[in-house]
Amino acid sequence: MGYEPVIGIETHVELTTNSKMFCGCPADFGAPPNTNTCPVCLGLPGALPVVNGTAVEYAMIIGLGLNCEVAPRSIFARKNYFYPDMPKNYQISQYDQPLCVNGHLDVETGAGTHRIGITRVHMEEDTGKSTHVGEGGRIQAASHSLIDFNRAGVPLMEIVSEPDIRSAEQARAFVTELRAAVLRLGVSDAKLEEGSMRFDGNISLRLEGSEAFGTKVEVKNMNSIRSLQRALEYEIERQTALLEAGEPVVQETRHWDEEAGTTSGMRSKEEAFDYRYFPEPDLVPVAVDHQWRARVADSLPELPAQARGRYIEMGLDGPVATVISRDIEYGSVFEAAVAAGGDPQTVANWLTGEVTALVRRTDLSLAAGPIDGASLAELSAMVSDGRLSASAAKDVLAGVAAGEGPPAAVAEQRDLIQVSDTAALEPVVDEVLAANTDAIQKLRDGDDKVIGFLIGQVMRATGGKADPGAVTELIRSKAG
Amino acid sequence: MPVDIDIAKVARLARLALNDEELAGYRQQCEVILEHAALVQTLPTEGVTPTSHPLPRTNAFREDVITECLDREEVLAQAPERDGDYFLVPRILDEP
Repeated sequence: MGYEPVIGIETHVELTTNSKMFCGCPADFGAPPNTNTCPVCLGLPGALPVVNGTAVEYAMIIGLGLNCEVAPRSIFARKNYFYPDMPKNYQISQYDQPLCVNGHLDVETGAGTHRIGITRVHMEEDTGKSTHVGEGGRIQAASHSLIDFNRAGVPLMEIVSEPDIRSAEQARAFVTELRAAVLRLGVSDAKLEEGSMRFDGNISLRLEGSEAFGTKVEVKNMNSIRSLQRALEYEIERQTALLEAGEPVVQETRHWDEEAGTTSGMRSKEEAFDYRYFPEPDLVPVAVDHQWRARVADSLPELPAQARGRYIEMGLDGPVATVISRDIEYGSVFEAAVAAGGDPQTVANWLTGEVTALVRRTDLSLAAGPIDGASLAELSAMVSDGRLSASAAKDVLAGVAAGEGPPAAVAEQRDLIQVSDTAALEPVVDEVLAANTDAIQKLRDGDDKVIGFLIGQVMRATGGKADPGAVTELIRSKAG
Repeated sequence: MPVDIDIAKVARLARLALNDEELAGYRQQCEVILEHAALVQTLPTEGVTPTSHPLPRTNAFREDVITECLDREEVLAQAPERDGDYFLVPRILDEP
């Protein structure tokens, strides 16, 4: 009997407020080290925190976007532990009365739709940033560490999923969808490479069909969605091997090593954390009344899942709709193109195919670039009225991306316009038919395959510029 | 009402290096406090809303505006050790 992975993901998201969670220091990324600090975020004696009201509202936006209930009353708590990147020796967080609870996020994978429960979304403050010195920056081998407190106190949301995830692939889809949702909600830039979105995985295995949970391991230090998936795959393998050998899985925190592609146990110098949470006495409760909740709920933008549903109604297939709905830029270019008359599936295929390849190959930016809704709509129209073949359209797209002008001009310059004018095609078709009387006879006898050959001859004679549709029609009418 | 308290653990968690005499003294003081808390816990509180804060106030928020930060040199001057523009701290974790 096989083992089933049981996975929950904790995601941390920094908010894009101007100032920090409890003080007026800038919350932005990239300032010179230790320049964005004040007595509050340095934890100097006597300094008092005051809650950033915008951060609370952003937290509600995330919670409501993840279908959570917003608690009418929630409080902050002190989580006590000593760690060098936390100047107060406690982190202000939320514990037993978080702002948002009981939500869910629907996630698409090749196997279908999975509803992943969201246990809670709570507010806390980020810690400072440590740089480990020596041995390639690995924490275990560092001789000492350097601390930058600019990040200390930046508003941080912790989003905790239920252990509803059953594979590394589902976990990848979950965080991809979650990131897309957070970006659509507009409250975080969710940049994995800058650490404004981070995740930890909790994973255990159990015998298939069993309801009981196995011993869970927490995996940390994954810097990309891909490494999250790899780390979970590694853990599934490692734990399976242990269980099959009859050995126990140890409950511990493990550190993902990107280069080695393995996880290893993290042994802290300190004894097991005992956080001794208690209500933060310096901050009064947050009370969200019906009006406030309703105002935020009414102002929520459309989420990726909703956009996806709408795109499918417009005629897109599921996988393409998923890709476009998860990216704000793709979504807006797609919608502009369709609004300007472009065929939805054609435009979507270009976006997820050629345009994505162009974006990767060149430094093309969709937001600023020449490929916009109007140009894709024009291109789509040129294909559907026969002026461009599907393959020529890709050449035109590359030309538009390279700044050669709008599609019609590029097609003209690159000499890609198809000939679909019957008067222009007729002499060529006549010539081809005259030279292939055998083939015409076969066609008349019902051998339909031969038409491909005849079309090919016309295409060759016209240098590939004849519209195959118009040519087919002509051949059939003449042969018939 | 006797209260069991691991005073050495409490001291460790608070990073306090206390000798046996001090541990015994604090143990006694903490016991008095906890015994009092235990007494309070015997009060009938059914139907009473838990009080996390004594103030009849909620939503003390500030506007999301940036205020002035401290001067970095002044901040780093408080550090036990520094390296350039950073606070320097001893190694955090043992070898695995």
